[in-house]
Amino acid sequence: MADVLTFTDRGIYCAAGDFYIDPWRPVDRALITHGHADHARAGMGSYLATDAAAPVMQHRLGPQARIETLKFLEPRQIGAASVSYHPAGHVPGSAQIKVTVKGQSWVVSGDYKTVADGLSEPFAPVPCHAFITECTFGLPVFSWTPQDVLTDQINGWWAANAAAGRFSILGAYALGKAQRLLTAADPDIGPILTHGAIENTNEVLRAQGIPLPDTIRVTPDMNVKDYPGALVLATPGAMAQPWARQFGRASTAFASGWMALRGVRRRRAMDRGFVVSDHADWEGLNTAIRATGAQKIFVTHGYTDPFRRWLTDQGYDAHVVSTDYTGDTEDEA
Amino acid sequence: MKDFAALFARIDESTKTSVKVAALAAYFRTAPDDDKLWTIALFSGRRPKRMITATKLRVWAAEAAGLPDWLFEESYGIVGDLAETIALILPKPKGTSDQSLTDWITHIKTLSTQDEPARRAGILAAWEVLPTQERFLFTKLLTGGFRVGVSQKLMTRALAQATGQDEATLTHKLMGNWTPATTTWTDLIDADDPTADLSRPYPFYLAYGLDSLDELDPATDWNAERKWDGIRGQFILRGGEHHLWSRGEDLMTDRFPELAQLRDFLPDGTVIDGEVLAFRDEKPLSFNALQSRIGRKTVPKKLLIEAPVILMAYDLLEHRGQDIRKQTFTSRRKELEKLIKAVPITTPIRLSASVPFTDWNALAAERDRSRELHAEGLMLKRLDSPYLAGRKRGDWWKWKVDPLTIDAVMIYAQAGHGRRANLFTDYTFAVWNGNELTPFTKAYSGLTDAEFREITAWVRKNTLQKFGPVRQVTPHHVFEIAFEGINASPRHKSGVALRFPRMLRWRKDKPMAEANTLADLKEMLATYG
Repeated sequence: MADVLTFTDRGIYCAAGDFYIDPWRPVDRALITHGHADHARAGMGSYLATDAAAPVMQHRLGPQARIETLKFLEPRQIGAASVSYHPAGHVPGSAQIKVTVKGQSWVVSGDYKTVADGLSEPFAPVPCHAFITECTFGLPVFSWTPQDVLTDQINGWWAANAAAGRFSILGAYALGKAQRLLTAADPDIGPILTHGAIENTNEVLRAQGIPLPDTIRVTPDMNVKDYPGALVLATPGAMAQPWARQFGRASTAFASGWMALRGVRRRRAMDRGFVVSDHADWEGLNTAIRATGAQKIFVTHGYTDPFRRWLTDQGYDAHVVSTDYTGDTEDEA
Repeated sequence: MKDFAALFARIDESTKTSVKVAALAAYFRTAPDDDKLWTIALFSGRRPKRMITATKLRVWAAEAAGLPDWLFEESYGIVGDLAETIALILPKPKGTSDQSLTDWITHIKTLSTQDEPARRAGILAAWEVLPTQERFLFTKLLTGGFRVGVSQKLMTRALAQATGQDEATLTHKLMGNWTPATTTWTDLIDADDPTADLSRPYPFYLAYGLDSLDELDPATDWNAERKWDGIRGQFILRGGEHHLWSRGEDLMTDRFPELAQLRDFLPDGTVIDGEVLAFRDEKPLSFNALQSRIGRKTVPKKLLIEAPVILMAYDLLEHRGQDIRKQTFTSRRKELEKLIKAVPITTPIRLSASVPFTDWNALAAERDRSRELHAEGLMLKRLDSPYLAGRKRGDWWKWKVDPLTIDAVMIYAQAGHGRRANLFTDYTFAVWNGNELTPFTKAYSGLTDAEFREITAWVRKNTLQKFGPVRQVTPHHVFEIAFEGINASPRHKSGVALRFPRMLRWRKDKPMAEANTLADLKEMLATYG
């Protein structure tokens, strides 16, 4: 039986429907799991994404991008392939894409996490014959802090700084992580300021009806000293730039799965490192894979070699495929 | 151990010294005495005796986590720290524990007297009740190497804040070979007399590298002497017993038995700061000769003849039982000269001679002679300076010769540990030998974090072969390697060994073909070896 999907130098390809999933070179028809730059690239003839993912994609790719939308679980026939999108829990609107050809179902996970973050549509396992999965954090040393503990840690840190009259600058990626932290932050502690890149994404998400707490955009003509003790959400890049100096002797923190490692935490040279990721941890990956019931597993990015070997040991027919997805690289800005 | 773990987290996660010192001071004000004593001991490199091998710990941890050994090893490669890897891969704790730091250390000591199955059971039981951070610290206690981002200097500052004593006195109190088993908090910190222990050394005075000669004018305020290339040491003669301490507070007395003769000629109550040097015919031998003596606990006769050592005396800290560190350099020096003059010439001690000079230019010419004299450069000491504790600016400066340098090609890369885990920071370098590249040294310092990140990304894309943690990379990048000395070494393929090699510069401007050759290295060996 022919494979439902094949791996090409442009991306994951479905011959039956003549489309690509998250391609990294220009193609006519691209099915997109979510709006992060390594999955939704510019230059495709057309895009198909969930209605919840589309606004951010349009914002990032520009008005000329032709984006078609569909709802989660809505069936769509493309050529000889039937396609549906299922929640991946990674960021709002992020999907796993299921492709069925002649009764054979393959699922592309995109990026995913299995715990609910209070913001994204919760991950739902999709039974299939073959599962193409990320494994950004595919080693047993990665085990995430439970959401309630994390919320206490962040608010405790912010409250202590606010009491001492210091700003709390928290670094996080503009799409997903930043909004997840916003949702966790307790607005009773003080005002929340945002870097422009994050606020732009906030505006897009608010406009599509996703509730986010009130935030104040940091602009060049404002005096941030008018907001003493504020929580400042910044992109990792902005934290290293002169922009961050206006907050004086602030306490700095970074939120990422990599913060689980002491070496990385110390290299970041921040006051705090919160272990929070929009990817699945070791337990999450293993649970998710088991829940698909799939025998054939392809791992696309992350600790692919050891994770493939682990899966093979567990009795799966596991393979590594080489892609251009980066997941969540430690040095990504 | 919760309080200690909280303290550790606070120190470890912050980059601000003020935060670290405040956290330590708060701990020293509130923790029980035995925990405080252990904290000082651990942060100054005194750890409980190792009672279990790292290999055993790995195997037990992998079993407890239900993971194959190879996956443990993969994880360890990424994390870069054994105790941390163990703490992270074990399942979440099943219970809790209110035991203190000292309780856990006592537990470890008890286990060390038991057989292996009992040790295994004791360690697994501890892992099962400790949360991740405490589990990490407990395992660190088992494996040793308790390095934290806090220097002894900062710890002493915090101790000063908490106790109201001054830093120099406390630094002195913390010197020497005490352990929590041989003393108490009261005896070590609260007691008034730091000289109660006759073997206790004074804190070494350390100099910074010279910034600019201009700030030193007039030249007549200064004494210059050679910066000898040996092992800095403090010779103590008290109560008829002698002790030789290294700067790293290792007791080296038995390694250099010839210095025992000094007992017969120096007065009791003498403490001399100097350099242990291999020395013959009134001249220092190369550092290579001394190297053969380092690390040997007992010295065979042959070696005593081949590489005899002396104490090259720099300074006198205690004279006839009196601490004279507050006197001027001139006055201390005068006493030192008198002492050494009274000693027969066959005794292995010499005065480090002053280098006379009239102006800075003349001194610069003297500095240029350093290598031929087997010296590292010059030391400048202000004539009226007291002998201070620790590294201080202002009164003492070291003025080292410029390092030797060579341009080399990077051929292997390996990931670092700790803060550098997951980054390729340890490289092997080669020089041209005809059309081949011959490896001759490793180096892992001298670049910025940004450069290490850039090279790491490059290494990932340009790996030719993997040998465990080592990656052979496409020869391409040229680095300027600086080093302090070069010696013949039959053990190395290149035939040479370098002292203190480090990366001075990443020569992006230089094509690989223009790197230096093995012949260039051999020529340096002939000139400076």
